[in-house]
Amino acid sequence: MQCIEARGLRKSYGPTTALDGIDLSVAPGRILGLIGRNGAGKTTALNAILGLTPYQGELTVLGRNPWSERDALMNEVCFIADVAVLPRWLKVSQALDYVAGVHPRFDRAKAEAFLARTTIKRGSRVKELSKGMVTQLHLALVMAIDAKLLVLDEPTLGLDILFRKEFYDSLLNDYFDHSRTIVVTTHQVEEVQHVLTDLMFIDRGRIVLSTSMEDFESRYTEVMVHPQNVEAARALKPIHEQQAFGRSILLFDRADRDQLATLGEVRTPSIADLFVAVIGGTAGGAS
Amino acid sequence: MNAPAAIVPVTRVRPFYWSVRRELWENRSLYMAPRVAAAVVLIGYVLGLIMGSENQLDLSSLPPALVRGRALVPYGFSAFAIMATMVIVAYFYCLGALQGERGDRSLLFWKSLPVSDRTTVLAKAAIPMLVLPLLTFAVIVVLQAAILLLACAFLAAKGKSAAALWNALPIMSMLVGYFYALLTMALWNAPVYGWLLLVSAWAQRSTFLWATLPLLAVSCIEKIAFDSWHFAAFLQGRFTGSISRAFSVAPPDPALVAEAAKAGAHSGRAMYIPETVPDPAKFFGNPELWLGLAAAVALIAVVIRLRRLREPV
Repeated sequence: MQCIEARGLRKSYGPTTALDGIDLSVAPGRILGLIGRNGAGKTTALNAILGLTPYQGELTVLGRNPWSERDALMNEVCFIADVAVLPRWLKVSQALDYVAGVHPRFDRAKAEAFLARTTIKRGSRVKELSKGMVTQLHLALVMAIDAKLLVLDEPTLGLDILFRKEFYDSLLNDYFDHSRTIVVTTHQVEEVQHVLTDLMFIDRGRIVLSTSMEDFESRYTEVMVHPQNVEAARALKPIHEQQAFGRSILLFDRADRDQLATLGEVRTPSIADLFVAVIGGTAGGAS
Repeated sequence: MNAPAAIVPVTRVRPFYWSVRRELWENRSLYMAPRVAAAVVLIGYVLGLIMGSENQLDLSSLPPALVRGRALVPYGFSAFAIMATMVIVAYFYCLGALQGERGDRSLLFWKSLPVSDRTTVLAKAAIPMLVLPLLTFAVIVVLQAAILLLACAFLAAKGKSAAALWNALPIMSMLVGYFYALLTMALWNAPVYGWLLLVSAWAQRSTFLWATLPLLAVSCIEKIAFDSWHFAAFLQGRFTGSISRAFSVAPPDPALVAEAAKAGAHSGRAMYIPETVPDPAKFFGNPELWLGLAAAVALIAVVIRLRRLREPV
């Protein structure tokens, strides 16, 4: 059984189409990155998956309909969203008590152990903590929940680079165990590149690219072309070209690496480079 | 308020209990306001004793008809003050109960946990209808015990006996009366709480205005169109009418009334206070009560639906 299965998922707000028929299939044990511009429909897709918003089309999450079976689903699904903030009045000890009191799969000892590695005090209220500490607290709560699906919507927004790195390190080392599934959206794509197993670009409510990271690495090649080879390289139909340091950098889809290596320095592009190539071209014309 | 460090077994979850606890954590005014009101009443009472209205405690000089009424004055008034505080706290709690979690964007955090909208909304509705009345009852009992002890101490300091005071106070029926008053108030006010929770679940902001102005508008339209105040009278009955519907004035004893009138003629201040007694037959036989409860159930069902449908910002 797939963890998430969507077919023709649609959602409109009045005249605005947020999701324009999305097909999606996420197997258990994957870490999917959902990348898109602001307003591309990422959060709407996640809200539909979490049963927070009604939708048209077919959608099953862990074998359930997320809208009609939301209460049961939330025993097995967890999420951190940039907008799902911990209330400012909540004390750390109260957060632990509450989650322990309502969640059958919460391991309090695990959360305490994670918090012990931070400087967060039990008696502090959320409003007294820095943004990084609030995220640590939220992560401590979520990582102690034995969930099958974890959804992260811009979880590291506004955090400094050390907190961001620690966030993903904790997630990979202490949480992810190949039986869980994680779906993450973020603008800080360079930091999740090595975390993801699957990648999806979403633009204006549609999925414009969907690939596993293994395929991504074999499929896309970036070449910093020697000046004398530029015309030859262009003849091979790159999907994108940019200039840096006076050199042309060309991005190829399914090209012969050995052939490209004769034209310049070859490397695997970053997700950000590919994103600019795939989305930047279409968005540039519109904006 | 520090939560007990009890170790909750992983499998044992009590979503309703913890949802109520969370309301108390968030809204400290729920338990602080009745206590502050009690402290204010107590300070007033002590000031009264010091400033010399001690003759209020001197029941021996009163004719028997007036003893009970006079002895009950501070108790009746203090209970009224605490209950009025409770109602105000309850109204404002309801207005913020579902708007606050959207306002501070914590709604999605609460929704990320396996607590259904029904459990959450019922826990919020239980605050004005169950938790606050019980808390208020406890505050009233403690406050009145303190007033009684102060009175006894004061009498003892003056070398007087407190026996007349003890004899005049029907302590058991006072306690039953307070409990009954709080119970009937919770039942009678239920549709008001339901309405305020509905506004809180629906309005983006200005919940107080949304809760009050439409009602005022309906009343104004009625007055202009039909020159009548039926809706206003209905509202007044709903917001403040529980006591008059739950209690009845006992038929006055003509002998006592006559005696009181005679005493009142020369003391000026003394008057016969007719006894107000619980009248459950009248209260529970009132179809308005049951219509109101049905309306409250319907309103809360809508609130649950609204919290479910409310899209994250």
